[in-house]
Amino acid sequence: MRAAVIVFPGSNCDRDLAVALRQAGADVTMVWHKETALPEGIDLVGIPGGFSFGDYLRCGAIAARSPICRAVVDHAGRGGYVLGICNGFQVLTETGLLPGALIRNATLKFVCKTVGLTVGSTDSVFTQGYEAGQGVFIPVAHHDGNYVADDALVERLRGEGRIAFTYYNNPNGSVADIAGVLSDSGRVLGMMPHPERAVDETHGGTDGQAVFRGLVEALAPA
Amino acid sequence: MKAKVHVMLKDGVLDPQGEAVRHALANLGFDGVEGVRQGKIIELDLAPGTDEATVAEMCEKLLANTVIESYRIEMP
Repeated sequence: MRAAVIVFPGSNCDRDLAVALRQAGADVTMVWHKETALPEGIDLVGIPGGFSFGDYLRCGAIAARSPICRAVVDHAGRGGYVLGICNGFQVLTETGLLPGALIRNATLKFVCKTVGLTVGSTDSVFTQGYEAGQGVFIPVAHHDGNYVADDALVERLRGEGRIAFTYYNNPNGSVADIAGVLSDSGRVLGMMPHPERAVDETHGGTDGQAVFRGLVEALAPA
Repeated sequence: MKAKVHVMLKDGVLDPQGEAVRHALANLGFDGVEGVRQGKIIELDLAPGTDEATVAEMCEKLLANTVIESYRIEMP
């Protein structure tokens, strides 16, 4: 499986994401935001956490209009897979690849801790390694993780099995406790928690591994 | 030529920062404040002849996230 991890000025989880993907068996290339095309043969694009462009204007807004993001949107349009974590999730909502938006945490506090999540849909390459309803522990670290969607969108996400993860104890005010959502194709996932920070015993847990292993398994050449 | 773009969270989108400002005002003894909404103003220094439709396009494409924000353009 070939993955590209996008690097913006201010990304700070890019190497962690690359390590997690490589550990699961992926071949990873780092791609700078000024590139206008992805390397040939990329199966998955990873958009990492951090504070791209200093969160200027809105979190993810400037990154979403960078040259490489046009290539990422095209990649998704061709049926390619995209995983956005934390700031990556914000970037994906700003590009329109995922619905809704992420605003300041309801508590106004930066929240940095390991939280309990419930796995929602397992009908995606990202979540197939989990059991539906399974509880997992994965760290969050964000100031703007409050997912906003109107009632109609929440109902649609529920009905279409597109809520990938929910918080057990909502840390940020997200509507319907939503921690991660899938695109209508199921090929784009955005999530605020950091699975790449839970892939090694020294991290204090390995509940994030299933995301990367599932991806590599599903996207390995037949 | 200067244009001003006012960007506000749409009605119905909870504004946690505005709410915190309201609390702080109440702590200062301003009891009459029933609600606070916080937004931003973006000033654009434009080449002469730039029309409002172009500024609206800037708002739609970047300056506002129209999923959660509304905008208002002020031009001379």
